[in-house]
Amino acid sequence: MADAVDAWWRPAVFLLALLVLWWVVTAVGWVKPYLVPTPWSVVVEFQKDAGLLARHSGITLLETVVGFVVASVVGLVCAVAIVYSRGVERTLYPLLLAAQVVPKIAIAPLFVVWLGFGIAPKILVAVLIAFFPVVISGVAGLRAVDPELLDLAATMGAKPWDSFAKIRFPGAMPHIFAGLKVAVTLAVVGAVVGEFVGANSGLGYIVMSSNGNLNTPQLFAALICMSAIGIALFVLLEIAERFAVPWRTAREERDILITS
Amino acid sequence: MTAPVRSGPVTTSNAAVRFDDVAVRFVTRRKTTDAVAGVTLDVAPREFVAVLGPSGCGKSTLLKVAAGLVRPFRGSAHLLGRAVTAPQREIGFVFQRAALLEWRSTRGNILLQAEIRRMDRRAAEKRADELIELTGLRGFENAYPHELSGGMQQRVSLCRALLHRPPVLLMDEPFGALDALTREQMNVELHRIWQETGTSVLFVTHSIPEAFYLANRVVVMTARPGTIAEIFQVDLPTERNYAQTMSSSTLADLGGRARSLLGATAHTE
Repeated sequence: MADAVDAWWRPAVFLLALLVLWWVVTAVGWVKPYLVPTPWSVVVEFQKDAGLLARHSGITLLETVVGFVVASVVGLVCAVAIVYSRGVERTLYPLLLAAQVVPKIAIAPLFVVWLGFGIAPKILVAVLIAFFPVVISGVAGLRAVDPELLDLAATMGAKPWDSFAKIRFPGAMPHIFAGLKVAVTLAVVGAVVGEFVGANSGLGYIVMSSNGNLNTPQLFAALICMSAIGIALFVLLEIAERFAVPWRTAREERDILITS
Repeated sequence: MTAPVRSGPVTTSNAAVRFDDVAVRFVTRRKTTDAVAGVTLDVAPREFVAVLGPSGCGKSTLLKVAAGLVRPFRGSAHLLGRAVTAPQREIGFVFQRAALLEWRSTRGNILLQAEIRRMDRRAAEKRADELIELTGLRGFENAYPHELSGGMQQRVSLCRALLHRPPVLLMDEPFGALDALTREQMNVELHRIWQETGTSVLFVTHSIPEAFYLANRVVVMTARPGTIAEIFQVDLPTERNYAQTMSSSTLADLGGRARSLLGATAHTE
């Protein structure tokens, strides 16, 4: 409990300070209310449009989660193929890099043309944007295996599957989780970018429409919903990591005990 | 196999490990390195042979040749009478670093050997318990590697190497990373375990006292490319008391000779 307080009070105080600053700036009238709404007007907006915000958050959340899951599965399969086959590495790596440097927002309109105004193009943008960190971290993790462990497995008569399932993949977990945590926050960005381009639902659509109506309280509320989605998914992954990689967590906790 | 017998020890047909004029060359794009140049050596069943030599003299490479993990550029290696052409299964391998799986407990790490070899689960568990007892790991069965000291981790690694009762144990500077006191303790334990299990051991080390305390024969190698400089027969009783052995005149004499030999090879390097 004391640990939790110790971990949270700094960001909590900082956030509170920012809120106070926000309130002061709007209350004194340094900026026009239609540029930056008062904190209270955002609260009122949350009360007034709770149903609307919840519905559109749900759609963005769905696009994000589906995009993230697809990106994770495809990304890990690619990482395994790259690590196990020199040919695949030479073929795929340059293409992956090329796909990564193309700005996703620039190709999003094309996806709308191809896939229509439904959730499919948003998921595709989320997949494309979240996929790269999964591949990179997967490759790094699978390559980080101790070569002596592979030698040892060879003297045990290990089949390729044994080495992969018992040594390589579990050993890559810390790297993979680092990649997944980056990917999940990027998947939110991908979904919203997809919604900017052509949508009639989702938080990206709300941002665009409230922007057009100069309804800044609503715009701010939508932004807060997006952050909440990203943070919630990130925290879920941290919890999953604690279960999947308990040895790392234990070691970190021990390090904290030693240093404090 | 009727490979010509070269100079060196008499070749016995039932040798546990046999190196026949083994030379190893590592070729990279930038340079060619001769790690080992013509080593002929036999390890008899139940024998403990220590290999002593300066850093980078190809001692570890020799072990990997015996295990079938490195292919010799010339000559051949035989394990239990069969030519080594692929990774060998009739061995236990211990590295300088314990090389444990961080996500497995002591027991889980030891039983990795059983899982990959698809040994009978219950027999393997019984054997693991015996080894845990033998190496003094009792009470640490469920501990994870990060909760164990270096000496403890190396004990786990040793148990893993012994689980399947290998006729040959290959050890690559297993105690090199331990502090001096733990190292002495591990030497005493290994000596006891070797006597109890009766496996042949090929043991690579940097430590002169360690080599002479443990081994029946000590092979001193030259600097790279590694060749055999001299082989010392250790005329000490099979059962050795650590303190007595360390202060014995035999060890002082042999150790002194090995030391001057290693000093000489280091000098010409």
